[in-house]
Amino acid sequence: MTLMSEVAIGRRGRVTNVVGTDEISIRLLEMGLTPGVEFEMIGAAPLGDPLELEVRGYRLSVRRSEAARIEVAVD
Amino acid sequence: MSVSSTPKPVTVALIGNPNTGKSTLFNALSGVRQQTGNYPGVTVEKKIGRMDFEDRAFSLVDLPGTYSLAPRSPDEMIAVDVLLGRRGDMTQPDVVLCIVDASNLERNLYLVSQVLELGRPTVLALNMVDVASDKGLTLDIARLRKQLDVPIVEIQANRKRGLAELKQALAQAAAAPAHTPTSPFPEAFQAEVRSLAALERKQGEPVLPRYLIERLILDTGGYLEQAQLAGVNESILAEVKAARERLAEAGFPVPAVEAVSRYKWVGEVLDGVVTRPSQRRVTLSDKIDKVLTHKVLGSMVFVLVMIVLFQAVFLVAEPASALIDWMNGELTMLVEASVAEGALRSLLVNGVIGGVGGVLVFLPQIFTLFLFIAILEDCGYMSRAAYLMDKLMSRVGLSGKSFIPLLSSFACAIPGIMATRVIENPRDRLTTILVAPLMSCSARLPVYTLLIVAFIPQQTYFYGLLGLQGITLFAMYSIGIVTAVIVAFALKRTMLRGATPPFVMELPGYKVPGLRIVLHRMLERGWAFIRRAGTLIFAVTVVVWAAAYYPRNEAAVDPALFQRQAFLEEQLADLETHMAFPGHDADDHAEDRAALEEELSEVGNQIEGEYLEDSFLGRAGHFVEPVVRPLGWDWRIGCAAIASFPAREVIIATLGVIYKLGEEQDEESETLKETLRDAKWEGTNEPVFNIPVALSIMVFFALCAQCGATLAVIRRETNSWRWPIFTFAYMTALAYLGALVTYQVGMLLTTSA
Repeated sequence: MTLMSEVAIGRRGRVTNVVGTDEISIRLLEMGLTPGVEFEMIGAAPLGDPLELEVRGYRLSVRRSEAARIEVAVD
Repeated sequence: MSVSSTPKPVTVALIGNPNTGKSTLFNALSGVRQQTGNYPGVTVEKKIGRMDFEDRAFSLVDLPGTYSLAPRSPDEMIAVDVLLGRRGDMTQPDVVLCIVDASNLERNLYLVSQVLELGRPTVLALNMVDVASDKGLTLDIARLRKQLDVPIVEIQANRKRGLAELKQALAQAAAAPAHTPTSPFPEAFQAEVRSLAALERKQGEPVLPRYLIERLILDTGGYLEQAQLAGVNESILAEVKAARERLAEAGFPVPAVEAVSRYKWVGEVLDGVVTRPSQRRVTLSDKIDKVLTHKVLGSMVFVLVMIVLFQAVFLVAEPASALIDWMNGELTMLVEASVAEGALRSLLVNGVIGGVGGVLVFLPQIFTLFLFIAILEDCGYMSRAAYLMDKLMSRVGLSGKSFIPLLSSFACAIPGIMATRVIENPRDRLTTILVAPLMSCSARLPVYTLLIVAFIPQQTYFYGLLGLQGITLFAMYSIGIVTAVIVAFALKRTMLRGATPPFVMELPGYKVPGLRIVLHRMLERGWAFIRRAGTLIFAVTVVVWAAAYYPRNEAAVDPALFQRQAFLEEQLADLETHMAFPGHDADDHAEDRAALEEELSEVGNQIEGEYLEDSFLGRAGHFVEPVVRPLGWDWRIGCAAIASFPAREVIIATLGVIYKLGEEQDEESETLKETLRDAKWEGTNEPVFNIPVALSIMVFFALCAQCGATLAVIRRETNSWRWPIFTFAYMTALAYLGALVTYQVGMLLTTSA
């Protein structure tokens, strides 16, 4: 199992699960990171955090700590 | 029903995701016919616009931009309450107008799925179809119409295209009958919702709308459970918990079930509607993003943008305040020429003109900052700035979204505080508002300049590269930043403690900022400042004027001064009659006349100084002297500090009056600098000012909240008096402490050296 925070820049994959039931997890889900959705890791901010991803055709920024709640399968 | 009366206006609620052009559409539809206010108890702005279509009046309610109608705070509850007609102050909207970004339909339809469940007639405005085609997307809008079963109008909000069709659709929708919406949730979830409604009915409680029952089950954060909704009691809440457990066992865990169900519904609605190119097209926006978020280039551009923003503010601040000073001067002369000396003239000159000037002097900087912020927001860079700075800001417990507000506060805390609206988390927003006034704004600069030039030696180090004066100025800015970091850190760990809010943030595509929307936002925010803060600053200035003017007891002034004044006036009058006599060369006596006038003005200043000492303000200065004595201050400095409550820079004019130089003093004034250097403690030969005293005053002004405008804006933005009072109290305490330590340590060092 891989976490979104571990995905290398430029890689694509699918979300398999979002862990947790608090506000952060709800927000990740609302923004479209639901199980089965495809994503691409676009890059990281100059200080290494947060990350930039593409999901459902738009760009999203998440912190590494938040990305660590997302379980993914990398293509 | 009477036939002659015009029909009731159609109420339309406008809702949509952020970055979809919602404000542009709102402005395009209602133009200048807008009203803003606040919903009581929350910080959400209430915006209502008016428009007409074929003799029908429309009232347009602008709801805050949101990705989801899932209230987790009183602010987020507003939109739900308005849409469900649960607010006493407005009727339930007849139609919901939902604006969606055609280039990003998947995520936008998530909100639409929630809106449709409210069961109100809904119209979809499909914006940014051009952006979608730039991305290489093909949209089958006819198919979308069929699969969504909601009127869809294609618009281009920034070009005002499709507005007539949109209004037509709104008018038709308002007349259409309401229908029970279908639910995107699995049957097991719907059954739980129905049984909760049945339970409420059985208990004789008012039954919540279906949407709110769903939310009650889905809100695992607990906001709705504590919101004391009518009809929700202990047994209902127990049943909600049980329902969640049953749903989890059935394979529909709460809260994930909502996103999964809705995005499944979105997938069905969009089936065959959006065709993506087989090879993902790299758009211009992607290329720009590559540079602007690049490790090296991105950071360089960021620093450059911030420098330009900063420089622009200082650039306009200088000539603009010079212009306002000039205008004040002209007006003062006008008043002095037409109003006799006395209370009225003093009120007009020092209270009214000073008060209006005190408001106006901030305007150029505020408008410039608002202009830059609006441009950054509209072109899509604002969220990138937050993205770039997030790591740094998270060290003090804030997020990247606090960076621009705090940076703007170096120019002026007012636009900085108003820019905190982009921060969704209330605790983060409040922390940012509370520390923003610690950033050394441009109003502190004259105070620093005057005292540094007068008291800090022009010593240089490292072959003249580093000057002591420059170091002192740098130290004053640093004190503010360091204190802000400590205060933010402390607030986030005590009063404003809470779970780290999500930073999950959309990075919208870049676009050329729209001139109209940028100007509109700038004017709207600037006007809000004038209206709400301006009146308060004006009032405070008048109060301070009265305290400095009254009781105006002539007995308090040395009678010798009045005698001298009368004598000089007589002499001057004699001289003028003499000079007017034909045959005299006026130039002969010009020097005598100038000397007389100068002495007269000196005596006048001395009289004003004595009046001030006896005024309520002067007495207050004497009263606080024991308190400010440990800071190395005499009553005059205490007095000037009190008088500068409306605005810091007032201290310079007050020092001018107090040291009997008249009030036309600025930080460049040589006489003021000399007088300050020569000032002695009353009855002794000991100078009042030395380096520790000058530093102590500077530290005080670096940390104090002597700015009525800032406090007024905090009141407006937090919708409560509690926070401006808190800000004033904590900043004044810190300022006092800082000044005390500075003076005491400074004296220890200078006397032991």
